Amino acid sequence: MPTAHLRVWRGTDDGEYVEYEVEYDEGMVVLDVVHRLQATQTPDLAVRWNCKAGKCGSCSAEINGKPRLQCMQRMELYPEGETITLAPLKTFPIIRDLVTNVAWNYDQARAMPELRLRPADADGNRRMAQIDIDRGQEFHKCIECYICQDVCHVIRDHPENMAGFAGPRFFVQLASIAMHPLDTNTRRATVDHGFGLDYCNITKCCTDVCPEGIHITDNAIIPLKERRVDEFHDPLRIIARKLTGRG
Amino acid sequence: MADFETHEFDVLVIGAGGAGLRAAIESAVLGQRTAIVCKSLLGKAHTVMAEGGIAAALSNVYSEDNWRVHFRDTMRGGKMLNNWRMAQLHAQEAPDRVRELEEWGALFDRTEDGRILQRDFGGHRYARLAHVGDRTGLEMIRTLQQRLVALGVDVFQELTVTRLLTDGDRIAGAVGYWRDSGRLVLFRAKAVVLATGGLGKIWAITSNSWEGTGDGHALAMYAGADMIDMEFVQFHPTGMVWPPSVRGILVTEGVRGDGGTLRNQSGERFMFRYIPPMFAAETADSEEEADRWYDDRQHARRTPDLLPRDEVARAINAEVRAGRGSPHGGVFLDIASRRPAEYIKRRLPSMYHQFKELAGVDITREPMEVGPTCHYAMGGMRVDAETGASNVAGLYGAGEVTGGMHGSNRLGGNSLSDLVVFGRRAGMGAAQHAAGLQAVPALDSSQASACDESMEAPFRGDGKENPYTLHRELQDLMQVNVGIIRTDSDMRAALAGIAGLRERATRVKVEGGAAYNPGWHLAIDLGHMLTVAEAATRSALERKESRGGHTRDDFPNASGEFAKVNVVVRRAADGAFSVSQESLPAMPAELQRLFEED
Repeated sequence: MPTAHLRVWRGTDDGEYVEYEVEYDEGMVVLDVVHRLQATQTPDLAVRWNCKAGKCGSCSAEINGKPRLQCMQRMELYPEGETITLAPLKTFPIIRDLVTNVAWNYDQARAMPELRLRPADADGNRRMAQIDIDRGQEFHKCIECYICQDVCHVIRDHPENMAGFAGPRFFVQLASIAMHPLDTNTRRATVDHGFGLDYCNITKCCTDVCPEGIHITDNAIIPLKERRVDEFHDPLRIIARKLTGRG
Repeated sequence: MADFETHEFDVLVIGAGGAGLRAAIESAVLGQRTAIVCKSLLGKAHTVMAEGGIAAALSNVYSEDNWRVHFRDTMRGGKMLNNWRMAQLHAQEAPDRVRELEEWGALFDRTEDGRILQRDFGGHRYARLAHVGDRTGLEMIRTLQQRLVALGVDVFQELTVTRLLTDGDRIAGAVGYWRDSGRLVLFRAKAVVLATGGLGKIWAITSNSWEGTGDGHALAMYAGADMIDMEFVQFHPTGMVWPPSVRGILVTEGVRGDGGTLRNQSGERFMFRYIPPMFAAETADSEEEADRWYDDRQHARRTPDLLPRDEVARAINAEVRAGRGSPHGGVFLDIASRRPAEYIKRRLPSMYHQFKELAGVDITREPMEVGPTCHYAMGGMRVDAETGASNVAGLYGAGEVTGGMHGSNRLGGNSLSDLVVFGRRAGMGAAQHAAGLQAVPALDSSQASACDESMEAPFRGDGKENPYTLHRELQDLMQVNVGIIRTDSDMRAALAGIAGLRERATRVKVEGGAAYNPGWHLAIDLGHMLTVAEAATRSALERKESRGGHTRDDFPNASGEFAKVNVVVRRAADGAFSVSQESLPAMPAELQRLFEED
């Protein structure tokens, strides 16, 4: 049986890395090794997880400095004998060990506009072509692992920006509402100030790490920025608004 | 009394999967002060793992479909042990609940003319499952979660409830603890909705996440609720079997619905040898007919790959036991040779990803290896079909924690629909109950204090038992002795084993502190698991026949006598269990006529 050399963050902000050696079996993922460590050496090791199949987005952590789902990283990815460093997500406050307080994300969720659909057809159905919802379905693949939030340098290096910035995950949600074929929200509701879209300078860090492969920057953020420009910064529209007093 | 953080609500919903979210939404819409509590973060409950779809007779793909056909399929899938009224309400209301999800933002796959597409699944006569590729549960939980958030319902996440509080014979609230700090919390409430999901973590090979420890089943029993059908545990026929670390992870029935077929080691499509008489008239008896069925419902009968789950799981089990299994103790599930790669990736993206990442298998090129995995509890708290009310005043339930809806075996796709149909009804029932009470029932502080003491016990004393070890032993015990195939002697061995583990559990020692301590959390959950394991085993001993998710080597056939009864199990205050047989509710004649052609 091969042996994993782990360096795991233990404790809170003033914690430290502790080294462990754990034997593992063929096919195991990092989370399996963490569970074996927990069951055999460190019963109180805090780790958050649920589905262990990449579907729930609970077990995000920084593995060798890269944010990943622990359940989807097979041990074969790491050369045998090399130390694997496990740390909690850096952008969020540490609760204990590998678990962080992600409440900020739930605060952003509460600020999202609610979808408001046109009434259904007379027979009770809502008709939408598949091609018109393909993009929305891409956005709905989001498992809320918050890895995109974690890597976004707008907040990773500048916690002071957290107050006015919803982050990539919620830009995806805004885009999903804005692009729903039957939604009646105004663009003011979906792309107006308040979500911090302007902070994003499209470095695509979020897209690179998304375990669901969502094209966050190209398909969600850039179209939202374009809509913002059209709606609020187009000189002709500004004049039109002044003249009509609308919008 | 210990220092409890105290909250007061009209309706407290425990569990935030599909059923709990839908219940909380309904209660909030009806104007009751509502809170929802969940062990994990909001949006991570096991519903997120549901793959194939939500069953509802929308009649979008086959206009012949209607609620009566869905009702009939459901009852036959449950081997007629279902609560007929629940099955009827479920079939009648599921289409509206699906449309409601769409109104709240769910984006189901579409038909050519833009309506909701439906896919084939085991035991459903027509293509009936509204779906989003193979990640329907994620779509559903996120939709409900966003609706709940928009309504401003109070959410207590990563909070585990450990006991319900009673005032005489009615519900008065619940106690629990914040997982991040260990701080105790006391909820006073006029009504409680249990929506805690399942109990798969009592078995070793399971599709369930860490949360599925049967908490709600145990809480209901501690509070004096009647439990029915606890002997029926669904082993989903297709879980992953290799590598060992992913053993049990679900492989959606949608693989077979979309054309996949089961084969043994010699490549034989063995399901043709396992067609039971009950389904023979509607099941293809040749490969040619089965393959034609995917496109021609008029002149071909359905493939035996899509028999109900209990039949398929038993067949796989038998093939493996006969030495005809795959290298790692399962059978092959082959879609690669039957459908184009692009079709597979479009219809089953999550399966493609899961096998590629976790097993190094490309399902568009090679077959999967699959075997049965403990997936779903048919049994649970006995509830009124209309309102979700239990026999304890103020205690309601919905979803997997309740029994009756699915009889002895659940059809795939009927769980997501169950969650929203009965989640809504339980939320409504609880809200009406709460509205009828002037004040929150009185608080018996001795109950709360007792919880506090039992939770602190693992930190004190000089015990040496490791909670992880005890849990693993319980899982192995149940897997071997109360698994897919059961006998009297095995189950008696399980009872003895459970008693031994219960005794050792009093000596569990927990290291570390109260802040986010998984070892401590497991020690608390272990008590629930032992209670539920015993209830399931005692119920299984009582049912001396084979039916649905309960197969006995010593009573291999279905019995006419047991066809008429639910096994009911109750736990007395002193911890003693009593098991009895009680008549099924009588189905009205107009519904019985739907089965006369059988």
